[in-house]
Amino acid sequence: MKVSLFITCLSDLITPKVGQHTVELLEKAGCDVDFPESQTCCGQPAFNSGYLQEAKQAMKQTIRAFQHADYVVGPSGSCVGMLKEYPKAFEEERAWYVEAKKLAAKSYEVTDFLVNVLNVTDTGSTFKGTVTYHPSCHMTRVLGVKEAPRKLLENVKGAEVIDLPEAEDCCGFGGTFAVKNSVISGEMVKEKSRHVSETKAEYLVGGDMGCLLNIEGRMRREGKNVKVVHITEILNAQEG
Amino acid sequence: MAIRIGDQPYEGRVKAGVDNTFMREAVSSAQGRFRSGKQKSSEELGNWEDWRTLGEEIRSHTLENIDYYLHQLSDKVEERGGHVYFAETAEEANTYIQGIVKKKNAKKVVKSKSMVTEEIGLNEALEEAGTEIVETDLGEWILQMDEDPPSHIVTPALHKNKEQIRDSFRDKKGYEKTDKPEELAAFARQELRKDFLSADVGITGCNFAVAESGAVTLVTNEGNARLVTSLPDTQVSVMGMERLVPTWEDLEVLVGLLTRSAVGQNLTSYVTSIIGSKLEEEVDGPEEYHLVIVDNGRSKILGTEFQSALHCIRCAACINVCPVYRHVGGHAYGSVYPGPIGAVLTPLLDGYEDHKELPYASSLCAACTEACPVKIPLHEHLIRHRQIIVEEEKKSPQTEKIMMKGFAKWASSPAAYKLSEKMARTSLKPWTKEETIEKGPGPLKGWTDVRDFPAPAEQSFRKWFKDRKKGEDS
Ligand code: SF4
Repeated sequence: MKVSLFITCLSDLITPKVGQHTVELLEKAGCDVDFPESQTCCGQPAFNSGYLQEAKQAMKQTIRAFQHADYVVGPSGSCVGMLKEYPKAFEEERAWYVEAKKLAAKSYEVTDFLVNVLNVTDTGSTFKGTVTYHPSCHMTRVLGVKEAPRKLLENVKGAEVIDLPEAEDCCGFGGTFAVKNSVISGEMVKEKSRHVSETKAEYLVGGDMGCLLNIEGRMRREGKNVKVVHITEILNAQEG
Repeated sequence: MAIRIGDQPYEGRVKAGVDNTFMREAVSSAQGRFRSGKQKSSEELGNWEDWRTLGEEIRSHTLENIDYYLHQLSDKVEERGGHVYFAETAEEANTYIQGIVKKKNAKKVVKSKSMVTEEIGLNEALEEAGTEIVETDLGEWILQMDEDPPSHIVTPALHKNKEQIRDSFRDKKGYEKTDKPEELAAFARQELRKDFLSADVGITGCNFAVAESGAVTLVTNEGNARLVTSLPDTQVSVMGMERLVPTWEDLEVLVGLLTRSAVGQNLTSYVTSIIGSKLEEEVDGPEEYHLVIVDNGRSKILGTEFQSALHCIRCAACINVCPVYRHVGGHAYGSVYPGPIGAVLTPLLDGYEDHKELPYASSLCAACTEACPVKIPLHEHLIRHRQIIVEEEKKSPQTEKIMMKGFAKWASSPAAYKLSEKMARTSLKPWTKEETIEKGPGPLKGWTDVRDFPAPAEQSFRKWFKDRKKGEDS
């Protein structure tokens, strides 16, 4: 099966490891992974801030980049959720609307793709340690991906999964919200950090790097030493 | 008081909220209670999603046909001897009600909780006219005593704890007992009873007006609305023009959604309906009944992409799950309507000028949208507001505009993007220590005020992918 990786700009430039794990995971599951080079950013920072015209320029670039893809798979519930918003944004522009619909229909968040398209629920990985999972807002509520990541995590050998209290509460990231409303965002991430600490887990795992960088950044600032990992890293981990 | 409360700027309101530890504890524990109550009662009912769909259908059908149902409602109320007044503005509503109070020579008015009367500032208008107003909902009574605005649409004094309430009772009413809720409530009942018996006019709000019968229905737990509607001879109901349902059957569905979503109850202790005035053949009932239907900006929302904001049944479920509300409290919104619904509704009713920050006071986590029993896409409305603020109202900051223009250039050009692969890391070098940025420049500052930021990677993902491909090919 041919899969085009949608890396997301954040993982491309800040945490490339996430992309590497995603590629390896998909290959292990039998996919032939390509990387359309003309992809940039999905446009979400502008879109969520109200800059629809600016966002659309990024969106059009993304549509062009993935025009020939069979499947588009990305390691972020939020960015994939954004692709699903495209058709609504182009309702008035017929030609782009058609393309946007096609893109939305073939796009998947990586855990969702593994479980619900490839029928993989065990990636065969081994990861020793206690982990707690933060289900990001857009992944769970906008995209509706709730079960897939949990199912995959449960089948990782060696990992003990501890429930995160008030798990579905927002971590305070919210893209530009973290900068524009940094006081409120700060209170939200402090609360999340408290909940993560309560679990006493060694690792915090999640499916969205934005949220994870936010929580990690706060926990570091508080001098806490929880290790923060993207879910693909655990699902791709081997003995050792 | 009108829809806008206080004149402190947004940042100051947020800071005051965040710094108020007492309030935050009270809000956070109340949110916890409301959320678990709602979850339990909706699970007990079963098929919650189907009920939500039904609720949404009833609300959108009603709003689609609002002129029809408003006519029907008015006809029914008039048939039953009531007067109906349609107020286009807050002033019109206040003047009309002042007129009733003056005509009756009323010295005292008792009121039950009503958000629309907060919105139009009815109490102030009546006080100006020299009438004594007594709020009889316990929360509203406390707030009236403290001259404090509501911070929540269902439990208006949510921001106060019982010690603070005891102190107010002691200082303002000579209360001598403890801060036990039972004792506080007993004291309030005793005091309020005198007011109920001596009031000349009763003013109530409206949860739902049933169009087919003209019954204005109130949902309460304290029973105060029942006393307000049954003791004074002159009765006034005030309703926002969208607060109606076609039939009794629809009422049942929406009341069930309301009480479960608001307080986790299958039903509240009281559901009171008031229909018109005493007819000749009847033995009891008000001598005079007025229904005041308030527009105050609502009809401007009809037919727009924000119409579904009028579906709101004021249950506060969105407020009870909102993390922003939890940390800043209701007053930070600067509106009688706080939380997600407040952030959507306030700019629509009162314009963007004074409320342009509200649509941004959300991480867009969508917990509100998920909680809403009538499926209002609250977070999508917030994004749409932001678009209007940026593109039509042109009220976004200049620096942000420049950045977004830059963003669009960068993200629409693979070549420009490619340049940033290296530049991101190099340009942040001066602020980077051990792969971490603790004090970032420009827009990063907001981020690093509360948390660290990682240095951009030495090698981008795409570079890795390319090299790997080369390795495979050779
Ligand atoms: S918007 Fe929905 S959840 Fe919020 S108060 Fe209105 S009906 Fe309730």
